[in-house]
Amino acid sequence: MATPTLIGADRPLDFEALPDKRPRHWPFSPWHLFLIPLSAAMLLPLVWSVITSLETSADAQRFPPVLLPSSLHFENYVHAWNSLPFGHFFLNSFLYAAATVAGNLLFCSLAAYAFARLRFFGSNLVFVLLLVTLMVPFQVVIIPTFLIVRKLGLIDSVGGLIVPNLCGVFGIFLLRQFFLSLPVQLEEAARIDGASRLAILFKIVLPLSAPVLATLAIIQFMWSWNDFLWPLIIITTPQHAPLQLGLSMFQGSHVTQWNLLMAGTVMSQIPMLAVFLFAQRWFIQSIAYTGIKQ
Amino acid sequence: MTLSLAPDSRLRRALGSEHLAGWAFALPAVALIVIFGIVPIVWSAVMSFQANDLVSAPHWVGVANYRALLHDPAFAASVRHTLLYTVIFVPLSVAGAMLVAWALNRKLHGVRFYRLAVFVPVVTSTVATGIIFLWLLDPVFGLVNFFLSKLGIPAQGFLSNPNQALYCIVAMTIWGWLGFDVIIYLAALQGVPHELIEAAEIDGAGKWSSFRSVVLPFLRPATLFLVVWSTISALQLFDEIYVTTRGGPLGSTTVVVFYLYQQAFQFFNGGYAAAIAYVLFLAILVITIIQLKVGGRRIYSNT
Repeated sequence: MATPTLIGADRPLDFEALPDKRPRHWPFSPWHLFLIPLSAAMLLPLVWSVITSLETSADAQRFPPVLLPSSLHFENYVHAWNSLPFGHFFLNSFLYAAATVAGNLLFCSLAAYAFARLRFFGSNLVFVLLLVTLMVPFQVVIIPTFLIVRKLGLIDSVGGLIVPNLCGVFGIFLLRQFFLSLPVQLEEAARIDGASRLAILFKIVLPLSAPVLATLAIIQFMWSWNDFLWPLIIITTPQHAPLQLGLSMFQGSHVTQWNLLMAGTVMSQIPMLAVFLFAQRWFIQSIAYTGIKQ
Repeated sequence: MTLSLAPDSRLRRALGSEHLAGWAFALPAVALIVIFGIVPIVWSAVMSFQANDLVSAPHWVGVANYRALLHDPAFAASVRHTLLYTVIFVPLSVAGAMLVAWALNRKLHGVRFYRLAVFVPVVTSTVATGIIFLWLLDPVFGLVNFFLSKLGIPAQGFLSNPNQALYCIVAMTIWGWLGFDVIIYLAALQGVPHELIEAAEIDGAGKWSSFRSVVLPFLRPATLFLVVWSTISALQLFDEIYVTTRGGPLGSTTVVVFYLYQQAFQFFNGGYAAAIAYVLFLAILVITIIQLKVGGRRIYSNT
C-alpha cells in the first residue's frame, strides 16, 4: 500500500462515505450527541477570545467572567493596533510569506524538473543527499544558520527571514513526484519541434502542474505566516518583526490587559482565517495531499 | 541527437547534453540547500565538540559537551518532560482524531459546520493558541475555572501549577492538532470501500470488533504516518511553551528544545546547544526507525 497521504491531488474529497443512519425511534442521529459538544469545545477558545476582545478591561478582569458584555468596545482594536507597529507586522509577514512562496515555486520547479527528467552528472547522489537533510530537525541547523545569516549581514531584517527559506527540499520532492507522473510524450514532441528545456518546463510542464503548485504555495504560505522560532532568534526590532513574533512582543508588553491582548490576537488571526474560510477546500486538499502542517 | 564525429564532438555532446542543462536547473536550489542545510548540519556536528559562545573564536573540547549532558540534571529533567508530553500527546491525539474522523465521515445535518469547527484551529497560529489558552486557563479570571466553580470544583492553578502545567500544554496542543489528524484520517477513509464501512456500522453486538477487523487495517498506514509525524513534532515542542510558561513553573515544562534555545540564545553556550541538538536528532531518528519497523510489520502482516 502506498503512503496514505498521497491521495490524488485531482480527486475531490467529499468525506461523505456514510448515509445518516439512525436507530429506529430516534428523532436524530446519535452522532450529534458527540459532535455538538466537540464543536463547542473546539470553537469555545476562539469565541471567548473574540468576546473578551470587545469588553472593557474592568469587565475582562472580573470573576465570575462577564459572558455577554453590555456594550461592545471596538476601540480595543484601535488601541491594540496603535500600541505596537501592527502594520509593520502584517507587512513583514506578507513579505516573508510571499517571497518564500515565490522562491520555492521557482527554485523547486527548476530543480524538480532536473531531477525528474534530466540525467546529469551526480544527480542521484545529490538527490539522496537532499533527502537526507529532510530528516534533520530544524534545531540541528539553527545555530550555524544563525551564524551564516549574521555573516551575510541579514540579522534583524526581513531578508534574514526570507533567504534561508527560499527553497525547501520538501518542495523539490513534492514537485518531482508529480512531474514523474506526467506523460513524457508531450515534452518529447515539443523537443523535436526545437523547444528549449526552459520553454518546455514553463509552457508544458508547469501549466499541467497547477494543483501541485497550488498545494506547495498554500503549505509554504501557511508555514511562513505562522513561523515563530526563526523570527524569534534573528529579529529584535519590533518594526522588523513578522506577525507571530510581533504578537508575542505585544503579549510581553500587555501582560494583564486581557481585552487588548485578545484584540491583538484576534486581529492577527483574521487574514489567515479569512483565506481559510474562502478556500477551505484547497487547504484541506493540500494538507491531505502532503500531510504537512507548518 | 547529431551523429557528427567531428573532433570536438565529445565536448559538444557534453555541453549540449543533459549534464549542463541538469546542473543549470538544479544549481540555484542545490546551492541554497547546501548553504542553509548541509553546511549547517556538518557545522553543528563540529560545533558540538567545541566551546563556542557564538562571538569569540571557538576552541576544541572533545566530547566534553556530551559528557556534561550526561551529568546535567536540568537536561535530564527536560528529557523527562519531553517524553512524558510525547507519551500522552501522541496516543490521545491520534486515537481522538480517528474517532472524530469516523464521526464526521457521514451525511449528517450540520456536518459541514462540525468539520469547520474541528478544522479552524489548524490555521490558528501556535502563538495565538498559546495566548488564548493562557487566558482560558487563567487561575483567577479564567473561563475554565468559572465552569469548574459551577460544578463545585475549586479553582485550579493550571499553567501556574507545576503539577498541572504539562497536562494543560497537552490539552492545548491537542486542540491545535486535532484538525490536521482528522483531515488525514478523512482522506484515508475515502480509500475504504463503502460496503466495508457500512458493515462496520451495522447495529448490534460486535460493532467494535467488526470496525477493528474490517476498517482498522485500511487505516493502519495513516495511523503509522500520524504516530510518526506527531511523535517527531512532540519531541520538538517549543512555540507553545515559549508563549505560555517559558519552561515554568519551577521548570516543570522545560522541554528539550526550550532548554536548547536557552543554552544557545540566552546563555550563549553554542557548543553545548549543538550537542543537545544532535542528541535530539539521534533520539528522533531511533524512535522513528523503531516506529516504522514495528508499524510497518503490522501493516504488511495484516493487509
